[in-house]
Amino acid sequence: MENPYIPYPVRIDDIEIATEDKSLKTFKFVFLNKEDEEKFSYHAGQFAELSIPGIGEIPIGIASSPVEKGFVKFTVFRTGVVTSYLHNMKVGDIMGIRGPLGNWYPWDKLENKNVVIIGGGFAFTTLRSSIIYMLDPGNRSKFKTIDVVYGARSPGMLLYREELFEWEKRSDINMHITVDGTDDPDWQYHKGFVPQIVEQNAPKADEDTYAIICGPPIMIKFTQPSLVKLGYKEHQIIMSLENRMKCGIGMCGRCNIGKELVCKDGPVFTLEQINQTPKEY
Amino acid sequence: MKFISIDKNDWTRGIDKSREKYQLFGPVKDENGCLIKKLEPDVQPDMGLHESVMSAKSVVFPQTEKILNASLDESIENHHIMQRAKTDYSPRAVLGIRPYDAKAMELVKLNFDTKDFKDPYWCDAYEATVFVGLGITKPGPFDFSTSVGTGPFCEDGLDVLLADLDDTYLAKILSPKGEAYTAACGFNAIVDEKESQALFDILRKEAEKNIVSQVKIDKLKEKTILELHEADFWDDIAFACINCGTCTYVCPTCWCFDIQDETKQKQATRFRNWDTCMSPLFTRHATGHNPRGTKVQRVRQRFMHKLKYFLDKYDQGIMCVGCGRCVKSCPVNIDIREVCHMMNSYEKQD
Repeated sequence: MENPYIPYPVRIDDIEIATEDKSLKTFKFVFLNKEDEEKFSYHAGQFAELSIPGIGEIPIGIASSPVEKGFVKFTVFRTGVVTSYLHNMKVGDIMGIRGPLGNWYPWDKLENKNVVIIGGGFAFTTLRSSIIYMLDPGNRSKFKTIDVVYGARSPGMLLYREELFEWEKRSDINMHITVDGTDDPDWQYHKGFVPQIVEQNAPKADEDTYAIICGPPIMIKFTQPSLVKLGYKEHQIIMSLENRMKCGIGMCGRCNIGKELVCKDGPVFTLEQINQTPKEY
Repeated sequence: MKFISIDKNDWTRGIDKSREKYQLFGPVKDENGCLIKKLEPDVQPDMGLHESVMSAKSVVFPQTEKILNASLDESIENHHIMQRAKTDYSPRAVLGIRPYDAKAMELVKLNFDTKDFKDPYWCDAYEATVFVGLGITKPGPFDFSTSVGTGPFCEDGLDVLLADLDDTYLAKILSPKGEAYTAACGFNAIVDEKESQALFDILRKEAEKNIVSQVKIDKLKEKTILELHEADFWDDIAFACINCGTCTYVCPTCWCFDIQDETKQKQATRFRNWDTCMSPLFTRHATGHNPRGTKVQRVRQRFMHKLKYFLDKYDQGIMCVGCGRCVKSCPVNIDIREVCHMMNSYEKQD
């Protein structure tokens, strides 16, 4: 068995500023060894440790999609030691990626189902990965309706804006983009918080409808009652959690919620599972 | 099972002979009490049945260890590419440990050696180590090992178990590793198996009789995690705690660790260090949010992990061998035996 602490070497291939306040950047990495790319075979919803020698590691959701080949992408918020260092790195720099880690959204279970994706702020990375995956011509027919509710503080804080507006034009996905507020007179999408937009726009639940939620704790907390009103049961609400992590492989002991380790048994859980554990996230 | 008699006059010569093939670790007394340390060529293990303050876990899981390194010098090939740090995993033997310290290794193995991932540092060190236990004839007042299924003559995880018979050690060989080690010492006076086992049984029973504290763990399994997590006693248990983390460092079954990077000139090193769930930093998110930000939450985490989460996750008993080190070392007298009793006997009030 391979040493799970050794990252695959990667080169930064592109860096894009993702939000108007420049607090988020999207990094595109290519593997130095082609065979490592094959070993890094992942599902939408998984994460990886971005590893900078001499600085440290950070667990970040994979924003690229399994159907996008030749690179991996991560959108990173500048907040601590490692992310601040990363934000100052340049195209061509060498670093490492360890993964893929954790479980993923239950794609087998979601086949032939209606899927509602709900995201807020910068927790839209693995959701972007999921949307690209579902819209892929090879996969779209596996799912029934797809609805997306995505909100940010302002239009400039929405991630992947070009893609959002492309999806908005398509007929096989229902986009409900919202911002908390804007003074842009040309803004043609929703205004309001995510829970309210969910309640007004998301489809009512039948037994073939599942919701995937990813966002800040406050958004998750207030979105749950909206989904309950729409008839979603605990097992139909799928969430991705975050906790402080180091190893990412279930060994270092800090990310647990009860006996479940967010890094290895998660990060994806149903609300039904989460309700069986202490809410230490 | 094979038994060997070792004349104490031959003991030092024998283990010195084993140093040709093995690094030795064992109990050494200094100003900090009795610790398990690497034995320099001129140092002998202190086999005087002193209760070691720390367990033998550091032999396999050092307090700090290098795991990876990389050169940051862009003029050389493979710069910024991390490789496994070079560590010596030649055979080593740890002598005179409390028997249940080896059982603790077996419990910790469930964390480091899984079907999905193997921690190569822990596994390689574990493989390289021969565990030689010394039966405890005079258990201390904190010892509750018989209550948790181990005991002063527990054989689980050991390669050799010694019984102190004043002038001699009677050694029970428990594995091929133990066989190889005693051979390397030149200890080969095989004695009658039946007689020796009978002697071991007497010593074990005598020692077990001297264990005064008993703890019940039989009802932990049937309670739910949420029921115990929400129990009303956690504030009381945690009240005196100062979050020093001593309990986690002296514990033979605590394995939590941190990973940190350091750079010296153009050389980057990634380390793994012991960590403690008693520290608020252990779980603090980069945003400042902390899911276990209060002392009560952290104290609860420690006991719930040992006595409930581990039990439910692996179905191999609780994550405690009953050594009592955490009880003895706690500066504010928090006692896992009392907590265990409260959890085991807890009935939710409606």
